[in-house]
Amino acid sequence: MHSAHAFRSSRTRTFTQHRQRPISILRKRLDAAGIALLAAALLLSLAIIVPSVQAGKSSAAPASEKRSEYNLPKSFKGKLPITQLTEDEAILHALDRLAYGPRPGDVDRIRKMGLEKWIDQQLNYTTIDDSALDAKLAEFKTLKMSSEQLLSKYPPPNQAAKRQGLTPEEVRQQYQQEMQAKRQEMRQQGIDPSMIQFETMPGPQRIQAELDLATIDRAIYSNRQLYEVMSNFWFNHFNVNVAKGADRWLLNDYVERTIRPNAMGKFENLLDATAKSPAMLFYLDNWLSADPIAFQHMQQELALRRQRFQGLFMGMEMPAPRQFPQAGRFPNGQPPQGPPKKQERGLNENYGREVMELHTVGVNGGYTQADVIQMADCLTGWTIRAPRKDPQFFFDDRIHDRSPKIVMGKTFNYGGMKDGLEALHMLATSDATAHHISFELAQHFVSDNPPQSLVNRMAQTFLSSDGDTRAVLKTMIYSPEFWSRDAYRAKVKTPFEVAVSAARALDAQTTVSPQLAQWVGRMGEPLYQCEPPTGYADTADVWVNAGALLNRLNFALTLATNHMPGVNTDLSGLFGQDADSDPSLVLSRALGDFLGGQVSAQTKGTLEKHLSDPQILQARLDDPVKHVNEGLIAGLVLGAPEFQRR
Amino acid sequence: MRISRRIFLKSGGVAMIGMTAMPAFLQRAIADTPAPNKKKLVVLFQRGAMDGLNVVVPFAEPNYYRLRPTIAIPQPKDGGAEAAIDLNGFFGLHPSLQPLEPLFHSGQLAIVQAVGSPDPSRSHFDAQDFMESGTPGKSSTNDGWLNRSLQEMPSPKASAFRAVAFGPYLPLTLRGSASAIAIPDLKQFRLFGNPQVTEGDFESMYASSVDQALHGVGQETFEAVDSLKKLDPDNYQPANGAQYPKSRFGKSLQEIAELIKADLGMEVAFLDSGGWDNHVNEGGVEGQLSNLLRDLGHGLAAFHQDMGDQMDDVVFVSMSEFGRTAHENGNRGTDHGHANCMFVMGGQVKGGHVYTKWPGMSDEQLYQNRDLAVTTDFRSVLGEIISKHLGTRDLSPVFPGFDNDPSKFLNILKS
Repeated sequence: MHSAHAFRSSRTRTFTQHRQRPISILRKRLDAAGIALLAAALLLSLAIIVPSVQAGKSSAAPASEKRSEYNLPKSFKGKLPITQLTEDEAILHALDRLAYGPRPGDVDRIRKMGLEKWIDQQLNYTTIDDSALDAKLAEFKTLKMSSEQLLSKYPPPNQAAKRQGLTPEEVRQQYQQEMQAKRQEMRQQGIDPSMIQFETMPGPQRIQAELDLATIDRAIYSNRQLYEVMSNFWFNHFNVNVAKGADRWLLNDYVERTIRPNAMGKFENLLDATAKSPAMLFYLDNWLSADPIAFQHMQQELALRRQRFQGLFMGMEMPAPRQFPQAGRFPNGQPPQGPPKKQERGLNENYGREVMELHTVGVNGGYTQADVIQMADCLTGWTIRAPRKDPQFFFDDRIHDRSPKIVMGKTFNYGGMKDGLEALHMLATSDATAHHISFELAQHFVSDNPPQSLVNRMAQTFLSSDGDTRAVLKTMIYSPEFWSRDAYRAKVKTPFEVAVSAARALDAQTTVSPQLAQWVGRMGEPLYQCEPPTGYADTADVWVNAGALLNRLNFALTLATNHMPGVNTDLSGLFGQDADSDPSLVLSRALGDFLGGQVSAQTKGTLEKHLSDPQILQARLDDPVKHVNEGLIAGLVLGAPEFQRR
Repeated sequence: MRISRRIFLKSGGVAMIGMTAMPAFLQRAIADTPAPNKKKLVVLFQRGAMDGLNVVVPFAEPNYYRLRPTIAIPQPKDGGAEAAIDLNGFFGLHPSLQPLEPLFHSGQLAIVQAVGSPDPSRSHFDAQDFMESGTPGKSSTNDGWLNRSLQEMPSPKASAFRAVAFGPYLPLTLRGSASAIAIPDLKQFRLFGNPQVTEGDFESMYASSVDQALHGVGQETFEAVDSLKKLDPDNYQPANGAQYPKSRFGKSLQEIAELIKADLGMEVAFLDSGGWDNHVNEGGVEGQLSNLLRDLGHGLAAFHQDMGDQMDDVVFVSMSEFGRTAHENGNRGTDHGHANCMFVMGGQVKGGHVYTKWPGMSDEQLYQNRDLAVTTDFRSVLGEIISKHLGTRDLSPVFPGFDNDPSKFLNILKS
């Protein structure tokens, strides 16, 4: 929905401690009623030790477990420095951070195989079998198509019209008629409405719809969970907005062949791949950036060649020079620099700035405006060949800046593509980048304000391992800060995380559900549609607000009560036949499966109070036996405050 | 107290009517809704850095045409729809802002030109933070200037709608200890399903939650949901024949008008718009910027028309994080610059005037030889508005460290 929102608000590019906005400050307000309620709540759970509750954190764990030291068996934790969490908490923590939350049976499985072994598998994901997911994704045919194939099969309306010799409006009408017929036919065959919606959406939109659904399916069903988390992390770090012009046709290639192959590899490879990707070149305008002098030179040569060519056709008329149509309206009747040179092209500093500010060293990384320009100079000539037909990276030496360039004190005078590659290499290997990336990773995996000690250790590994993502993750996972009580459930889920973790908790089966993707958007995170290059925020202060909360509750109810077209949940299978007539059994199983049984006394009390409500236990007309409305209970648990955290 | 609620079952949009008891604390919240501050402030943030020089065009400045050979807006003297609309012989509006011309000449609209933040950052994200926090150069500020101005006017019984952001997020401008909510879509601001169970349960789960981040939010949400039941956004009819553009901006403005007229206690409204970061093919008379301005002009004119006499109690103000380079770049666009322009509209505005200390656009007059210089601090404009219009007495906590003495105001507002 609101793709046009927020050139900013969505993002904290906060990577130094002082830029944080703790929730405690944001939510200080407590009116009289609130204080009374809170006081009552605290009395209820006498056990809660207030000072140990981190800002904004729920304290679901019983007091006896607070700050306790646990000696977990070596066979379970190996060398993982877990001392403040119980075995089940450690498993849930791992599943919430290194995966998209627990699916039924996950906790038992990890308990049996040992946590360290599971983590090791996730880090070395290529050995994990994912064939079931691959089979499921096979129906999304656009994933494997090149940009050229996408442009040819799903052309932009104008191109399609040109091809058929019609006006765009005629093409649109023709298309609508076809789809109308198709819709009717599918309806008569009794096909699921979400499938009809999917099959009849306009061509170019179909590309993104498939990518959205694949992204959601991967997060729900992939056994390579950490790899999926990292793929989405890096996409968000190197954000591209699908709604910007040609990027609709370039995004698949970007996700499938730029981001994903590099998601667990070396940072510099990923940086170079994004710098060369048509999607990024288009999104941040570098494909048009040229050294103005080199460009003029090129134009002159082209003109000369054209003249020679036309010389061969002596006697034919030369085209008249273009007149500037509005010349009379300028002062003195003429624009000061003569007619605009339509073919003029020059430097564009957009990518040069963002590659430093967002992708590498960070806004406080020590660069100046002059560095931005010279960085852009280094990258002149990095462009797209055949952008409308077969978009491919192409280095055009003819428009590359040949003068020496100085970026952050280092001179780049190699000539050709090496200028850009060396400049990117300098950025990728800099100390500031190591800290910036480590901070973002720690903020994603540990807490909104990650401990500096942890970030420093990760940055050390980043530098010593040549920016190896897997090594940096390993350092993080083998740090006590990662397993600290303070980090437990410290993160508020983003809308995507809410949607995917809820589907996992319910063991929901997706067929094709464009609506599931739409719900992620409605909750505030439309997939691949973040307009600014910052990507979406990874901190609670952005996601926690009244409007968003309402949508989360509505999502939970819709999904759990089986009202999401294209998604099926088998709740009686999930909760067991014996729970069908026993609301309290359903509740305790839902709390156990979705939240590891760890909820506050308040949440539990509220839910228990309503178990006798006629809405919960319903008799059907044809069946005198009362059945539990399991969807409603599940929806209430998925909408509870505790499920908003990970 | 029993009230009727409309519930929409998600699948197929089946409407049902149900009755239920309202929790006591919500009854209190509604009964206590005080006579709200009559004055309303509407704030627009144009994210991405609007090109103020092509919006309020200095057509009598020869350097403007020298620096922008292909994207300049022609001088108004030849008239027509493809030239700047003369405002005062020096500045002209972009032709796509034509709907604002009568508002300017009738004194409802004022413009501030060469205004902005003194901080030199050309990072969108830093500059937006600085402008929204109201503390240029200081990135540690946790709350927004508008929230702090509300903190300065404590209103313990304030409505859940006292401060509303129209969109999916609460912007930094409105974040802080004073209550504020974000409404992504007025029409869908309600809970699905059976109200007896879902609303009651969610309300009490969130109201009693010890989760510090979520407790307050839950309470705000349900207060707002209940108050909104007085509204019927599906059938809102703008007054005086006003026609809002069908854009997100137009929709938000219409929702703001609806909430103001419903008298639910809204004092400040925030909306934002994107798409202003035109490094490539920004265009001149036609093009990307022109399309955005058409939306802006039509939207504001419709809002003004819809509000009618109530515009006397409303001030609208717009801002964007920084301006764009005085010269166009190599792709018929502009890069990140410095000073920009702001629009101030309302019944109490001394309009029909472009407030500016024009810095000039010769190379040596430009900031760092490339951008329009800032000669008016944005905090002085906002300070005057919240002090005169909203009645914030002490501006120093709102804009800490900035000398906002009333004697230095530009006097854009009447009283």
